Amino acid sequence: MELTGAEILVHSLQDEGVEYIFGYPGGAVLHIYDALYRQDKLQHILTRHEQGATHAADGYARSTGKPGVVLVTSGPGATNAVTGIATAYMDSIPMVIFTGQVSTHLIGNDAFQEADNIGITRPCVKHNFLVKDVNKLAETIKKAFYVATTGRPGPVVVDIPKDITAQKADYHYPDTVNMRSYNPVHVGHAGQIKRAVKLMLGAKRPMIYTGGGVILGNAAEPLTELARLLDFPVTNTLMGLGGYPATDRQFVGMLGMHGTYEANMAMHHCDVLIAIGARFDDRVTGNIEKFCPHAKIVHVDIDPSSISKNVKVDVPIVGSVDNVLRAMVEVVKGGNKRPDVESIRAWWEQIDEWRAKDCLKFDRDSELVKPQYVLETLYKVTGGDAYVASDVGQHQMWAAQFYKFDKPRRWINSGGLGTMGFGMPAAMGVQLAHPGETVVCVTGEGSIQMCIQELSTCKQYALPLKIVNLNNRYLGMVRQWQEFFYQGRYAMSYMESLPDFVKLAESYGHVGMLIDKPGDVEAALIEAMKLKDRLVFMDFITDQTENVYPMIPAGGGLNEMILI
Amino acid sequence: MRHIISILMENEAGALSRVAGLFSARGYNIESLTVAPTEDPTLSRMTLVTYGTDEIIEQITKQLNKLIDVVKLMDMTEGPHIEREMMLVKVRAEGERREELKRVTDIFRGRIIDVTARSYTIELTGAGDKLDAFLQALEQAVIIEVVRSGVSGIARGERSLKI
Repeated sequence: MELTGAEILVHSLQDEGVEYIFGYPGGAVLHIYDALYRQDKLQHILTRHEQGATHAADGYARSTGKPGVVLVTSGPGATNAVTGIATAYMDSIPMVIFTGQVSTHLIGNDAFQEADNIGITRPCVKHNFLVKDVNKLAETIKKAFYVATTGRPGPVVVDIPKDITAQKADYHYPDTVNMRSYNPVHVGHAGQIKRAVKLMLGAKRPMIYTGGGVILGNAAEPLTELARLLDFPVTNTLMGLGGYPATDRQFVGMLGMHGTYEANMAMHHCDVLIAIGARFDDRVTGNIEKFCPHAKIVHVDIDPSSISKNVKVDVPIVGSVDNVLRAMVEVVKGGNKRPDVESIRAWWEQIDEWRAKDCLKFDRDSELVKPQYVLETLYKVTGGDAYVASDVGQHQMWAAQFYKFDKPRRWINSGGLGTMGFGMPAAMGVQLAHPGETVVCVTGEGSIQMCIQELSTCKQYALPLKIVNLNNRYLGMVRQWQEFFYQGRYAMSYMESLPDFVKLAESYGHVGMLIDKPGDVEAALIEAMKLKDRLVFMDFITDQTENVYPMIPAGGGLNEMILI
Repeated sequence: MRHIISILMENEAGALSRVAGLFSARGYNIESLTVAPTEDPTLSRMTLVTYGTDEIIEQITKQLNKLIDVVKLMDMTEGPHIEREMMLVKVRAEGERREELKRVTDIFRGRIIDVTARSYTIELTGAGDKLDAFLQALEQAVIIEVVRSGVSGIARGERSLKI
């Protein structure tokens, strides 16, 4: 069957099983948009900015495990998408981004809306392709999806010149891909797994530390099985929340810069650390010189370059976390040895002592709305079962601390790149993937304004997001650092001339609410959740001086927290 | 420590820039880099000289392996290997210097490949330190131009980098 390049692209996406494509049209992709117009299998979601399109596709991917798909035009379309691509790259999110390009004979001529998309995106993609031959288009698309979704996932850019989309070729979508240079390892080394289990069974003060890899690798179930089998404490990174049920007794909370006292102290004092699908990020380790000084370390990761990058480990295991965790469970079950009950009991006593410190306490008698209280109440009102997409800043940390995620893929946030503006468009992608489910966007008045235009997209596609805006009239995290480390010189962290968010939401056709008293918080949230088919923008006027605790200051070890 | 890393990669546009970009983005050192197609026209072979601690070299090889275009690589310095670099040097060769330059070139087993009344162009092949020694043996004043190819290398014996 002979098709144009544009039609080949559309057919390939259909054959790939893509439901949604997030994008924005422009000159270089007009043939493709025409081909989209002439079909009805793929639904195109028109965002109001290309950054919104990439974050929406990203949210879709994070909440489903399926790749997010984006289509943008050349030049500014592609450059606007870069922030979203880099965001996905840092968190290893599978996405395929199609960028328009000027016609092949114009490439390099500084043509209208020309940018070197391959060059610009190279450092923030898993791989990228420039398609110069229409006969290779379908095969390239197949490769792009394959690379994006296998091994350590990540975004892949396919740059398509306009003339290629008009040229014709025989269409055949390949069933399989063979790339001699790309063969990700899935199965962990059996000997290494045995060594790791031996170390774990001999541990007196063990600690399981898991990251986004457990979510991406769909390994929550074997992780839970292994942890329960051994009665070991579990901590999750910001990216790993939901990988282990947060309401479980063995869960000690998030670790790292704003992690719980018990998680960080247990990390510092453990004698065997089992790191699974985590990458020893600087926000997790604190001062690397002081990190886990007493521990032998097991590290399971699908990406060999993550292992011994920041912290030298004793037992490295390259493989998919799901496969390795299941193998570990088998090895433990297959042997007679169990961890020493007395040691583990003593370890739990110590951890419970740290827990008793109640490091997340806050002033419950305040006359001001406390952001922690809003999130705690949100958790209660939604029964802990909402999808929560967050922006970046203090509200993100409070959401991570106070919303207890029992299931994976419910917590959607930009952990690696820390992209303000991520929350609402990501929530749109989540809502499209999960119609009928409660999708909350936790944000602040700083972050929300970075992609506020997407309120219009939400109207167009009737996406009933529940936006929790923790409005403290400050760029809160910046303000917190300025208070702690810059003697209160609040340079550019105060947000003046804020819009009336209630009216703003209403002008986009949504429901707006203003909440400025603690006594109104719960009723407002209940009312908002009742409006099932409406987007509700809740503007919570919160305590301006509230800080995120605990906090590890720069250069501190995990046991050197600032507590409230 | 100095390492010579040989890389077989897809002979595709942009493959070189992925390697160069990786080194600049992650702050690794490149001392020299050469690249050319192999007997299999779909493959290029790159030889890269870098230096760093064992940990950094481990990261470099892992990161290189992670690039989709990289098919296979080998750290030559992990085993016995042969290292070669070619150098072209244009020197001022006038008066009594002409004879002296010819003699030094012979000692280093170089060849004079172009001659004018006032200059020689010398070709010299060897390991990097031999080329350095040759340049040191010349008076700075006589050197007009130096071109070095960068290092290429191959393992000794049966060991080989092939797919």
